[in-house]
Amino acid sequence: MSIGISIEHIGVAADSDRGGPAQPLLTVNGLVKHFDLKKGFVDTVMGRGKVVRAVDGVDFRILKGETLGVVGESGCGKSTTARLLMHLIDPSAGEIVFNGETVGSPALPLREYRRQVQMVFQDSYSSLNPRLTIQDSIAFGPQVHGVPKQEAITRARNLLERVGLEPRRFAGRYPHELSGGQRQRVNIARALACEPRLVILDEAVSALDKSVEAQVLNLLMDLKEEFGLTYLFISHDLHVARYISDRVMVMYLGKVAETGPAEALFEQPLHPYTRALLSSMPSMDPDRRTEEAALAGDPPNPIDPPPGCRFHTRCPLAEAVCSQRAPSLKTRQRRETACLIHEPGSGHSHAAAVAAAVHAS
Amino acid sequence: MNTTASLPLPQPRTKVEAIERSPGFWSGVLAKLMRDPVALGAGAVLLALIVMAIFANQLLPADPYATSMFKRLKPIGFEGYPLGADELGRDMLSRLMLGTRLSLFMGITPVLIAFVIGSAIGILAGYAGGLVNTLIMRTIDILYAFPSVLLAIALSGALGAGIGNALLSLTIVFIPQIARVAESVTTQVRGRDYVEAARASGAGPFTIVRVHVLGNVLGPIFVFATSLIAVSMILASGLSFLGLGVRPPEPEWGLMLNTLRTAIYSQPLVAALPGVMIFITSISFNLLSDSLRSAMDVKS
Repeated sequence: MSIGISIEHIGVAADSDRGGPAQPLLTVNGLVKHFDLKKGFVDTVMGRGKVVRAVDGVDFRILKGETLGVVGESGCGKSTTARLLMHLIDPSAGEIVFNGETVGSPALPLREYRRQVQMVFQDSYSSLNPRLTIQDSIAFGPQVHGVPKQEAITRARNLLERVGLEPRRFAGRYPHELSGGQRQRVNIARALACEPRLVILDEAVSALDKSVEAQVLNLLMDLKEEFGLTYLFISHDLHVARYISDRVMVMYLGKVAETGPAEALFEQPLHPYTRALLSSMPSMDPDRRTEEAALAGDPPNPIDPPPGCRFHTRCPLAEAVCSQRAPSLKTRQRRETACLIHEPGSGHSHAAAVAAAVHAS
Repeated sequence: MNTTASLPLPQPRTKVEAIERSPGFWSGVLAKLMRDPVALGAGAVLLALIVMAIFANQLLPADPYATSMFKRLKPIGFEGYPLGADELGRDMLSRLMLGTRLSLFMGITPVLIAFVIGSAIGILAGYAGGLVNTLIMRTIDILYAFPSVLLAIALSGALGAGIGNALLSLTIVFIPQIARVAESVTTQVRGRDYVEAARASGAGPFTIVRVHVLGNVLGPIFVFATSLIAVSMILASGLSFLGLGVRPPEPEWGLMLNTLRTAIYSQPLVAALPGVMIFITSISFNLLSDSLRSAMDVKS
């Protein structure tokens, strides 16, 4: 059965933890999304339709109660991954396991999964219905799941209070009367109204100015503590990702380049792409200013990704073998890296040295 | 009941506190219309016409059906005939006033029915997308390919003369036009993040359309529909002119224009009067629809 199609059962609450705290809340295996390009008639006849490989075989886990940051250049598949996780688009292949149950299986129908996973979008204006008052927008989700209207409204007002907006003043307002930061607080309240366990924040603070961004980030951290949430935090801002994340996943051209605990990954990046990405971070120290761009040009076209390792066209350590063999994710000390250098016996000249260094330590 | 009952009692504390409410979207639109002199003027003209249509029987100065061989084609201002008399000696003023009823009816009814059906088709196509959209919209395109006047005449001709058939053919003419607008507005709204967020919270398509789509698409579709009322009136008049709509002796502006056209040389002013009425009414609808559009457009 495909993941996208599910028989909707009357919700059997699956809030209880499966497999204790050690089992990941969300496991993603081989997630793929290819978008068909518009084909002409001739292309259809010749069978040469092209696809955009937006997400091309992604594996990762989100542990209970952690914040997983996702970083990468634009077009690397961050947002597509988020939309796949929300089932806003159907994956081409792969499975999502939430709390021990495959999403879309009879044990976890899509409707129940959607209550437990919510999303905050980047554009705070277009993510609120302009014709609904703030409290109606927030109360919509719970009402869908059978909460009576009055109770949903009460919940909406409590949440408004909790995200720092006085219900008396804001509950009856329309989105265009609020500032960007206030609207994003409303969006957060809306996401929390269904009492989710996992919240996907897709560039949720990127459109806010710096002072408001800091306030909202702190609010997010408080809420996580209070409601026992798990976050998937997508950002192009490496400083923000480092600040809020427990673990960070680096994506490049629809694949995972590297995953690891935030501090370790930022202090000692293993993948050459991560290293290049981090060196593009502006530093606060004038003696350590970035003199030249670590990464030149745009990433290659995801319609026709380079063979072998996708990063070899821009990698400073690329060798002949990199364009022939695709690296797979190798786990070592809670860190995963997809690079031939970290794959013993891959044929890359650095691989032996790295393996020896690991062996020595 | 004694007098102490009228003293204010302490309010019981309710769970839901009173909140400040912003005025809704439509009251904002209304406020903007009230400050727009063009909208007010057009609205006043239309209101007067509607009042005239409803209370025509009470307001008529003379019998609109009474003919007189001696009073044929009298000029404007002729004694007892303030707006002259037509080719059968009937009072023009009374006939124009009673004609408001049928002309407005023929103008508004097809658009109203087409608004309901066309919106439903367009919203369905726009929200469903994909193959459903292609099937519905290409079918609509076939109807849309015909010029509206030609289609209306062809349908009326095929169905036969009469008010009912004229209304039916006009409705069929307007459904594709409204459906196309409805489809494009709905496709836009469907892509907004708040619809995605509603889907993400597990709401079904009907709930999403009812709560999140309708409120955001009906306004623009309605504005477009009001601009069609003028077209509908002119088409209906045209059908009557060709003898496919209203039958004599019922007064209807298009039909009156037709029967008076022989008098265009002898009494040009009298013959032009029904045309003036059509012009005033349709331009009022157009101006009101324009004002409505700009009143609804502003974001802040």
